[in-house]
Amino acid sequence: MEFKDYYKVMGVARDATEAQIKQAYRKLARKYHPDVSKEKDAEARFKEIGEAYEVLKNPEKRAAYDQLGQGPRPGEDFRPPPDWGSGFEFSGAGAGAGNPDHSDFFESLFGAAAAGRRQRRGFDNGRGEDHHARVLLDLEAALHGGSRTFTLRVPEIDAQGRLISKERVLNVQVPKGILAGQTIRLAGQGSSAGAEGTPGDLFIEVDFQPHPLYRVDGRDLYLDLPVAPWEAALGAGVKIPTPGGVVDLKIPAGSHAGTKLRLKGRGIPASTPGDLYVVLQIALPAAHDEKAKAAYRAMADALPFNPRTSLGV
Amino acid sequence: MRSVQEGPLSGEIFEEYALLSLEELSRLCAVDRTYIVELVEEGVLSVIEVASEWRFAGAALQRARAALRLQRDLEINLPGVALALELMEEIEELRRELKVGR
Repeated sequence: MEFKDYYKVMGVARDATEAQIKQAYRKLARKYHPDVSKEKDAEARFKEIGEAYEVLKNPEKRAAYDQLGQGPRPGEDFRPPPDWGSGFEFSGAGAGAGNPDHSDFFESLFGAAAAGRRQRRGFDNGRGEDHHARVLLDLEAALHGGSRTFTLRVPEIDAQGRLISKERVLNVQVPKGILAGQTIRLAGQGSSAGAEGTPGDLFIEVDFQPHPLYRVDGRDLYLDLPVAPWEAALGAGVKIPTPGGVVDLKIPAGSHAGTKLRLKGRGIPASTPGDLYVVLQIALPAAHDEKAKAAYRAMADALPFNPRTSLGV
Repeated sequence: MRSVQEGPLSGEIFEEYALLSLEELSRLCAVDRTYIVELVEEGVLSVIEVASEWRFAGAALQRARAALRLQRDLEINLPGVALALELMEEIEELRRELKVGR
């Protein structure tokens, strides 16, 4: 088992006062709160911080934890000492399941003591708990629908009454047209409520993985389309990728970098589907050889053009 | 251990069909209804009145859950939660504009 240095997690000294610990916690909690933070491991960090604070803010638990010293040397396995917990009395002791957010380290030390704490808020009515999960989805699933396999971690109580985290693999038919931030509700896929009750539901909130071609804005998609200078200036018919396949697009004469062309209804499908916006980018051919250089020089001679007039120079 | 499952599970997009009563939203958030009423009074959640009864759009679920988490985890009072959510939405909007590049 991995030893957790709660002082290090909180970034406080081992002799920090309660006030200092509270202050450190508040600061870190705001920084890593999963609803606030965009950091990748925010949720894991937030749980770790919460666990550290739960121990360090409680004088009984902190004193017991301090008895362990600095933990084993790096790479060594941690085991609670055989006399662990004797001489300390933890408030609110009771049997039952712990908190699924706690590490094994925490559970091995304070599991039984912390168990009484966790109680469900709200109603029961013989209905199992709902579960909530977030998944990253490829945009194609929303565009075309289709089944996807998700691996979720779900808390479960094992035969010994201990709380463990289990892997659950779910194959889900993704509803066509789902948007980032929306939720798939799978009825009856939450916690069971015994033989009598109704099982809870599973809510899967989706977000999209970055797509190599399209940027997503609600139902609308954006595609950057490189065009040659003469295609933008003279107009052209070009082929472009769309979610429904390759289509022909007419570039109007006199287009410039940033010109936005809308392809109605070619975004994410719905009763009113989103649009596909094509944003033009001017790509310049390289002037590697004499022929290309001559062409650029001819253009410079033929076109009296100052691209910097708006700068006043 | 992995659970076995035949064929893909199918569900609908919650936000597209859900119209929740106060009781349903409270149950889905696993809180007493007074918490939800407070969020409405603070303007965090908006209600749709149907025959003088409160109804909530499906999107209210994620918003209420986020509000309750902020309230609980960061010990923010309700006006603070409302402010935090509004600022987070603004940041989200700015990120979106940045990404789309307009």
